[in-house]
Amino acid sequence: MKLSGWGRSPLVNAQVYVPRDLEALQKLLASKPSVIARGCGRAYGDSAINSSATIDMRRLNRMLAFDPKTGQLIAEAGVVLCDIIAAFLPRGWFPMVTPGTKFVTLGGMIAADVHGKNHRKHGSFRGCVDWIDVMGPDGSIQRCSSKSHVELFEHTLGGMGLTGIILRAAVRLRAVETGWIRQTTIPAPNLKSAMTALERAQDSTYSVAWIDCLATGENLGRSLVFLGDHANASDLPTYRSLHPFATPAKRKLSVPFNFPCFALNRFSLRAFNALYYRIGVWNRGQQLVDWDSYFYPLDAVADWHRIYGRKGFAQFQCAIPIKRSEEGLSALLQTVAKAGAGSFLAVLKRFGPQESRFSFPMEGYSLALDFPITTKTSHLLANLDRITIEHGGRFYLAKDSRMSAETLRASDGRVASFVRMRAKSGWKSSFQSAQAERLVL
Amino acid sequence: MKPSVLILGARSDVGNAVAHKFAALGHPIQLAARQSETLDAEKTNLQLRYGVPVTLHEFDALLTETHAQFLAMLPELPEVAVSVVGLMGSQERSERDQLLASCIMRSNYEGPANILALLANRFEERGSGTLVGLSSVAGARGRATNYVYGSAKAGFTAFLSGLRSRLAKRGVHVVTVLPGYVATKMSEGMNLPARLTAQPSEVAESIVVAVERKKNVIYVRPVWRMIMLIIRLIPERLFKRVRM
Ligand SMILES: Cc1cc2nc3c(=O)[nH]c(=O)nc-3n(C[C@H](O)[C@H](O)[C@H](O)COP(=O)(O)OP(=O)(O)OC[C@H]3O[C@@H](n4cnc5c(N)ncnc54)[C@H](O)[C@@H]3O)c2cc1C
Repeated sequence: MKLSGWGRSPLVNAQVYVPRDLEALQKLLASKPSVIARGCGRAYGDSAINSSATIDMRRLNRMLAFDPKTGQLIAEAGVVLCDIIAAFLPRGWFPMVTPGTKFVTLGGMIAADVHGKNHRKHGSFRGCVDWIDVMGPDGSIQRCSSKSHVELFEHTLGGMGLTGIILRAAVRLRAVETGWIRQTTIPAPNLKSAMTALERAQDSTYSVAWIDCLATGENLGRSLVFLGDHANASDLPTYRSLHPFATPAKRKLSVPFNFPCFALNRFSLRAFNALYYRIGVWNRGQQLVDWDSYFYPLDAVADWHRIYGRKGFAQFQCAIPIKRSEEGLSALLQTVAKAGAGSFLAVLKRFGPQESRFSFPMEGYSLALDFPITTKTSHLLANLDRITIEHGGRFYLAKDSRMSAETLRASDGRVASFVRMRAKSGWKSSFQSAQAERLVL
Repeated sequence: MKPSVLILGARSDVGNAVAHKFAALGHPIQLAARQSETLDAEKTNLQLRYGVPVTLHEFDALLTETHAQFLAMLPELPEVAVSVVGLMGSQERSERDQLLASCIMRSNYEGPANILALLANRFEERGSGTLVGLSSVAGARGRATNYVYGSAKAGFTAFLSGLRSRLAKRGVHVVTVLPGYVATKMSEGMNLPARLTAQPSEVAESIVVAVERKKNVIYVRPVWRMIMLIIRLIPERLFKRVRM
């Protein structure tokens, strides 16, 4: 069947298998030239696609144990984040780190070592992983952690499924008093003030900025900065504090068909972005926001990726080291603004320090942009690649669908040792994705 | 606490999906299957996900003589009992293999009918409860390619409708489910048309709705009602010549 990631490009013909148990999984590993695990397919590009055998892990989705003292959950890799929240938020627990969508599997979050709006304060997903069980090329299972089978553990977190199949994991949840977030909105007229606001926000658990990337000149980098903290029971109005974990019911929106390309021209986008900024300015200051709207605004619009039309879209996400962040970000934003190819979503995050074998985050700033796929944007994207590399930055594989092997190597000195490790451990021949082939990993 | 739900044949994909749907609504769950101890991880899974009590019970639909005891051992008489017990088997093989044919007939009719009959009596005594039987559209007409299975399902469908009439004034409701194709272990590898094939969770959803709204006979995907109407209308003279 034709398979793609969330960005709907590239589309690859692939055999998909849906094993129900470990034995079926072992058989697949033994009988196929190579395989790759797949969760919910929320990676944007081709990281979860292998044409000969893509293994849909979502049937291996049992929750196995929970310790209410420590908040440790043991679950199979196919468990979906929204089910974890549904089960444990009512009991006062929330994920330590969450990406911007709740439709991801535990395995997918570990493989990409996802980051949230709290990277600065709490690091990436690995920070809450106590151990993982990984199936190797010969079907044997290794329980690894930062203390045992360390190499496997280190390479699997952020290893994009290229080191084995994650079967189970023990992860710690965070104790929360309510399902609400105290949000502060700060309008920032340009990039510098946005960065200043993010730097000042050290004490906030969550922080993120939405950038209007069509604003130019003095307004370059015009943003809304959103800070957030888990609300305590005493922060809630009385009528809510009786049910501190209840989420108000929302209407489900959906995008029923592929948007025609012309709907996304620079005028409609400019108007949209300007309006969004205005609304933010009106709403400046503090608000209480429920967890679902705060963390997963896009999930409320089912199939929003269709908005970019049939050809799909590409996301660009880079991280730039703190010393060169300001310079790098302004160069990126200037290039985008000049091309006039802005996106609905331009998200700026401040990352805290992180040392990993292959995970994406590093201390500095991360910028994410979406573009519909056209010849013009591919040229623009190549320019953004170049600027990122010039400023010592690197790219997020979970979002990539198009970069070249050379670009990856130029941006990330860790590639060589990852590739060596893959060859040495037999992972390379057994675990392959379309992305790994493209990037020669 | 909401009333409990018993799932007979809990290891099957549909049984599992039904357990999840009722548990999500807060019902305690009784899982009954052969080698029930192997469902331990599933039991924990349901408890963790939905915070409801789950119990495991050893049950073999074919050992009808053990059924009374099985019921006696349940911690409490459930309010809803769902039988998803069944066996497709291979028609071709069952034409030659008498034991297999008998096993298919007993798994799809005798076994489930027997346990539901016992439950029906208890429910009748109590004056409440819902029995759900998973039958099949294959029971509507014997086809050359699966009449052993189909005939057993036909028997089961008739049994359920009779039971429904008998209990109608006794506060006990009976639901017959005719799911059409379902994407399960049983049908894996078969090339099923996507529009006619339901997911186990869809079957489960319609069962929950049928129990709540006291529906009698439900098709999971509505197109099947049309299809079966047409299939039933084909004159036997023609029907015996088409291979389907
Ligand atoms: C709207 C949206 C917002 C997002 N926001 C963020 C964000 O804020 N931060 C962030 O970090 N990411 C973000 N992402 C990316 C997303 O979190 C990651 O791509 C995540 O890995 C997707 O999980 P999945 O279960 O869908 O995995 P898939 O997309 O199916 O697979 C992703 C990778 O994980 C591997 N994998 C999956 N399961 C296993 C397994 N069991 N064993 C081994 N490897 C496995 C695959 O091989 C593949 O390499 C976002 C994505 C979307 C669509």
